Amino acid sequence: MRSDNHFRPSRRHVLGGAAAAGAMLAAPAVVRAQAKALKVAVVLPRSGLFAAAGQSCYRGAVVTPKVLADLGYSVELVHVDFESNVDVARTQTERAIAEGAQCVVGAFESGATLAMAQVCEQRQVPLIINIASVPQLTEQGYKYLVRNFLTNAQLVGNGLRLVKDLMAATSVPFKNAVFVHANDTFGTAQRAAMDRLFPAAEMPFPLLESIAYDPKAQDLAVEVTKIRALAPELVLVTTRSSDAIKLVRDMVRQRFEPKAIISPGSPGLYDEEFYQALGPLADFHLYNLPWANAKSPVTQALAAAYKTAHPTNRFEVDCFNAGFTFEAIMVGADAFKRAGTADGPTLMAAVKTTNIAEHVLTGGPIKFDEKGQNNNIQAAVVQNRNRTPTVVLPPDVAVAAPVLPMPPWQGRS
Amino acid sequence: MFTPMLSIWLNVVVQGVLTGLLYGLMALGLSAIFGVVRLVNFAHGEFAVVAMYAAFVLFRAFGLDPLIAMVPIAAVFFVVGFALQRMLINSFVGRPDHEQFILLVGLAIVLVNAVLIVFGPDAQPANLPYAFDSYEVGPLIIDKVRVFAAVAALAVCAVLFGFFRFTSTGTAIRACADNLIGAAVVGLDVRRLYAVTFGIGLACVGAAGSLMVTIADAVPSLGPAYTLLAFTIVIIGGLGSMAGALVAGLLIGVSEALAGFLIAPSMKSMFSFALLVAVLVLRPQGLLGKKPA
Amino acid sequence: MISLWGDMNRRGQVVVALALLLLLVAPLGATRYVLSVLTLILYFVYVGQAWNLMMGYAGQLSLGHALYVGLGGYVSAALWVHFGIGPWLGVFPAVAVAAAFGAAIGWLGFRFGIEGVYFALLTIAFAEFTRIGFDHIGFVGGAGGLFIPYEEQRLGQWWNLRGSQLFFYYLAFALAAAAVLLTALLARSRLGYQWIAIREDETAARALGIDVFRAKLKAVLISSSMTAIGGVFYAFYYNSLFPAQLFDMGRSIELILGPIVGGTGTVFGPVVGAFILTPLGEILISVTEHLGINAPGAKAVFFGLTLMTIIYLVPTGVWPWLSRKLGLARRRP
Repeated sequence: MRSDNHFRPSRRHVLGGAAAAGAMLAAPAVVRAQAKALKVAVVLPRSGLFAAAGQSCYRGAVVTPKVLADLGYSVELVHVDFESNVDVARTQTERAIAEGAQCVVGAFESGATLAMAQVCEQRQVPLIINIASVPQLTEQGYKYLVRNFLTNAQLVGNGLRLVKDLMAATSVPFKNAVFVHANDTFGTAQRAAMDRLFPAAEMPFPLLESIAYDPKAQDLAVEVTKIRALAPELVLVTTRSSDAIKLVRDMVRQRFEPKAIISPGSPGLYDEEFYQALGPLADFHLYNLPWANAKSPVTQALAAAYKTAHPTNRFEVDCFNAGFTFEAIMVGADAFKRAGTADGPTLMAAVKTTNIAEHVLTGGPIKFDEKGQNNNIQAAVVQNRNRTPTVVLPPDVAVAAPVLPMPPWQGRS
Repeated sequence: MFTPMLSIWLNVVVQGVLTGLLYGLMALGLSAIFGVVRLVNFAHGEFAVVAMYAAFVLFRAFGLDPLIAMVPIAAVFFVVGFALQRMLINSFVGRPDHEQFILLVGLAIVLVNAVLIVFGPDAQPANLPYAFDSYEVGPLIIDKVRVFAAVAALAVCAVLFGFFRFTSTGTAIRACADNLIGAAVVGLDVRRLYAVTFGIGLACVGAAGSLMVTIADAVPSLGPAYTLLAFTIVIIGGLGSMAGALVAGLLIGVSEALAGFLIAPSMKSMFSFALLVAVLVLRPQGLLGKKPA
Repeated sequence: MISLWGDMNRRGQVVVALALLLLLVAPLGATRYVLSVLTLILYFVYVGQAWNLMMGYAGQLSLGHALYVGLGGYVSAALWVHFGIGPWLGVFPAVAVAAAFGAAIGWLGFRFGIEGVYFALLTIAFAEFTRIGFDHIGFVGGAGGLFIPYEEQRLGQWWNLRGSQLFFYYLAFALAAAAVLLTALLARSRLGYQWIAIREDETAARALGIDVFRAKLKAVLISSSMTAIGGVFYAFYYNSLFPAQLFDMGRSIELILGPIVGGTGTVFGPVVGAFILTPLGEILISVTEHLGINAPGAKAVFFGLTLMTIIYLVPTGVWPWLSRKLGLARRRP
């Protein structure tokens, strides 16, 4: 994937610049060639623990240059697999920058993203986060970092608000709810947000209990038994990926049928593996997340390019990961176009003043606050229908009406 | 009549028992290798994962039920184990643990990533036609797949038990485990027996992996968790004790289920480790193990 | 120290001196990428050496050393984040906590005669137990992680371990050099000989009048304390801590690959091992890329195969073989 004409800082160059070692480190932005295209390093966990998500993001990244070219941007990508390992994320980001990357996009996982943030900060190279929700990322004072993604608090806040909208739209009330979450970095951060936001949101039903489970668990039979004993009408879930399958499967086996299963902002319920594993049982689950805005021309262009490049994958399923990765690269490309240079500080200043109205996912224009956080991302309510994620709320982006309560497990075909 | 609370308890325990039997089978293979060849098979869990994928492929391609597929898979794994022991591992028998460890960790890395390259990172479900069925017995709701898997696990154990008890090769292997020098003195071909044992060990993993795919989806990264689980069970049950592995499997299954239900599901595997430490300290030979020679 | 130096033959002295010099001036010529890889290598030299003391010399196989890295990192980071206590001060409680865990494991293991693989399982059990425990400790962020603020105004405050890549490079260099020196000293000390005697034959060692329990416990204490300091380094180098990332069994395994490949029970084995494996990973990434292999996992497959090949060819490690070939050591340390 690495193109041959990319710029390499020659050894002479670097040695010359490093006549005084201190000088080199003090001015890390070593002379960079003025290229016509912005060289972006896309750092993703394409193997190891997060491989499924990493590869999904990657599928979006590979089609990005062509789509952006049609929009008048020009980028050249360097794909880096950090193997779900922080050490590799750090050294490979260094390498990518040493080999001429002028902007870094990544990295799905928070620990790796922070490790990369330090490198980018010292090298004065913009880091544009595609996906990573831990709130601390934008609270640490990094100047060369922006995040075009929601924080956990925003995810949960959006999620709970949309639950209310959903109840209003379908006039189906819930008597009570249980919150079930994976006890990993993401799940714990969601839990913290839930603990804080649920009381404040004045939800019309009580939260009976929050249950944490080990995402490495072989099955969730006991967990489901525990939920079943509480008999909630609504199950709020924060799953990771394959654990969502286990959860639903054990619910079906134990014949536990809540009125709805809603994720207030988490992966799991819309992965291809979820549909493959559960078939018709995968339908009618809901998740409140930013989703591909089918009415945007950029989305349509990305979807078309995606379909050509990945005939065996579905854009409808990948659009979240692929879309955010695309948007992150787009932010870099747009800043480069406006700045007219890839010089770190200037490019970063341009990134900070991003204002992109037409993009892929739901929500307002992409803009960053002084901390580098985009607060304009809006979640939608998405429901699985015929094994396809379908936006059902809010009405301006919805393509179908929500179905609630979900039909019983038995008799689905 | 059952009170609702009691029936929930019963459900939890039954789930633990069924899962535990499968755990036990998984550990049996390790117990055989560990107990006889004295080799620390750190790629054990990865072999189980490979078996899961094999069962998955056989089901998807030929519609072969994993309960049946486990027979050919176990056979292939036996051959692989036999060959592996003969060609690669034999020169490491008797070498320090950490050297064996590196060899097998290397093998584990290769297996996991080969699986990742071939099948991709997504969970691969077998999607058996009866995957979602369950039996309702009084207050109990029991998953069909779990019952099938547990029964099959018991059957495999019975076969293995019979082999070690009633065949001459099986008796010879047990002799090796009890007294290696003695076995060599009476003229047993220890090298061949080791290879057979390794083959049997892998056949067990093959069977366990095939059964596993009926209750869990195949994912490349499952390996280390299975390895650790198997080791924990073997040590709790007692080295070289087949019954011990089963009992320990049940114990882990039930205690994890209860801990998950009573305390916090996310903390349930802590109890297995606490159990392991307790057994190591209080009864190092394991629950059903013999006193170390 | 002079006697240590005198123990090596001339060629050995030249090689060691040259290597030290090269590492000292490396930042002059190395790109930041190379520097970051070197930092990682030296970190692995350091923690590998700590493990080597316990396994290579005293013969106690630990597969749970990530436990001490994690404890050291968490204690120092928590003290910094919550109480503003800097790492140079925080390193003491960090070491104390890790040593206490080490003592507990050692006491349990050695008092009850848990040996070999059983002892290794005990160490894994403790590490996993602690990992899940930390997932639930809200004070240090639980599974959500603990973050050390970046704080630009503190940059360059080396006394708070807030520094550039160059600073961390030299810090790792100093740690690694100190660890090698300590190992060399210990190997020739009374304690070192006791360890080797225990490693070779515990019963005989006991018959010689060695207090086996004490000697083994000292090995665990020294090893866990050293590893905890590595954890402090890790915490302030990466600025984020997650139980799943720090205490994971994979981290324990990663940490011991170097010393085993290099050669356990030797002073330079962990050094050689780290200098082989970490660059190997980086080189394999480049190679698979240049071969146009776009299959995530391919690099790891090659890595695993290389690991198997090395251990198959030189089961006792690369260094003993290398030093024989190059005629570096007159006698085996």
